[in-house]
Amino acid sequence: MVHFSISTLVRKAIGADGRWPQQWAKPEPKKEYDVIIVGAGGHGLGAAYYLAKEHGITNVAVLEKGWLGGGNTGRNTTIIRSNYLYDESATLYDHALGLWEGLSQDINYNVMFSQRGVMMLAHTVHDEQVFKRHIHANCLNGVQNEWLTADEAKAFCPPLNISQKARYPVVGAALQRRGGVARHDAVAWGYARAAAARGADIIENCAVTGIRRASDGRVCGVETSRGYIGAKKIAVSAAAGSSLVMNMAGVQTPIECFPLQALVSEPIEPAFPCVVLSNTVHAYISQSDKGELVIGSGTEQYQSYSQGGPLHSVEHTVSAICEMFPVFTRLRMLRHWGGTVDVTPDRSPIIAKTPVPGLYLNGGWGTGGFKATPGAAHLLAWTVAKDEPHPINAPYTLERFRTGRLIDEAAAAAVAH
Amino acid sequence: MLLIHCPYCEQERAEIEFSYAGEAHIERPKDPSALSDAEWESFLFLRKNPRGTHFERWYHIHGCARYFNAVRDTVSDKFLMTYVANKPRPSDLEIEEAKNGL
Repeated sequence: MVHFSISTLVRKAIGADGRWPQQWAKPEPKKEYDVIIVGAGGHGLGAAYYLAKEHGITNVAVLEKGWLGGGNTGRNTTIIRSNYLYDESATLYDHALGLWEGLSQDINYNVMFSQRGVMMLAHTVHDEQVFKRHIHANCLNGVQNEWLTADEAKAFCPPLNISQKARYPVVGAALQRRGGVARHDAVAWGYARAAAARGADIIENCAVTGIRRASDGRVCGVETSRGYIGAKKIAVSAAAGSSLVMNMAGVQTPIECFPLQALVSEPIEPAFPCVVLSNTVHAYISQSDKGELVIGSGTEQYQSYSQGGPLHSVEHTVSAICEMFPVFTRLRMLRHWGGTVDVTPDRSPIIAKTPVPGLYLNGGWGTGGFKATPGAAHLLAWTVAKDEPHPINAPYTLERFRTGRLIDEAAAAAVAH
Repeated sequence: MLLIHCPYCEQERAEIEFSYAGEAHIERPKDPSALSDAEWESFLFLRKNPRGTHFERWYHIHGCARYFNAVRDTVSDKFLMTYVANKPRPSDLEIEEAKNGL
């Protein structure tokens, strides 16, 4: 593998040693692996990397039914923040944020992590009270988050309309300066390259169609569209496919899948310095390094795997954006797409062992999975390697839906995460 | 936008008149105090979440304000049929016929 550095860049730029080589191999599946990870998104590829790096487990395959990073990793709006209310959530997402800060160096791949600040707008007295409660809770947990007045919010994000005549006037905002965005494809590619360099096989176009179990109940392999592959352990990290793959092992989950749409505008000059979220008008926006405004909204009301959605939700989102940022009213929208998000009843993920020995689940991330990518990958690798959860993901069990010990971010998250 | 046939109003109307209400045919426990934790979990939280034919409830909130059931394909989003709330789950044969009728 070529190590990326300024000297490699210069050598390649002057053409001294020809073309850039392929960054990771496309191997044929082996007969058996120590660990099979189902789903080659950021979470699954990252888990393969941390299994090798931190636990010395290198006989690993990442199976992907489509193409690498083609699911929710490539379909989200790349927002990263950790200002969640509950202790369990703040700890989980801040663990991820800490890993984001060193990720490009760690995997020698520029994921373009940009801590430009995530600002969450408050439009009502209730919003203000809730956000201030979040800020106090975050401070107690050592998570950076601060309150801005409407004028301070306008100074931080000049295109923002703070007129009191707006349908939902801005009364203030919560700002997490450590939050920001990253390049989603680079996250998948960087982890794929780093995992492959440490021995993991990444196998695309290989849909898992069944999970085979030994007579003692343990998993022993997966049936796939490319034949049977043996495995001592199986980690399911398949986002929208998670509940379907778990069903193959006879485990029913509390996960339901909904469409979530996003869109980008034509590219413009740098005009938007941060990320802005608004729960009340239900929209979020940032500007990519290409210059496109990246805009997303909430999930659709009905369950679906269609990876698309109705235009009326897009219209709702765009009208909210135009209300908050009148300067963008004349922009044309360029592309629009949908993803399928796997939602749990308490809107918190599951990173856990399952009732089936040797089978692990990382799923139910709903609309908030991208920001957690390095953290989820790191914790999944730990859970698989040690056959027990890390203290950070110990509360994120499947059993919590039986015991009632929920992590109820459905009510607590300041926005659709 | 989905077009949804309300079996009470007997009209096909736009999705924005309706509110989704989750998986259908989940029976409320007859004797709640007798339920185990596992049975509560199953009733409250565990869902089929199929990729394909799904039985689901819809609420005609801006119309007749009544709940009804629907069979919809969760990949194509096409409705196979809708029926009133107290009617039993359609048989596989009825669903197959509805598919062929589309």
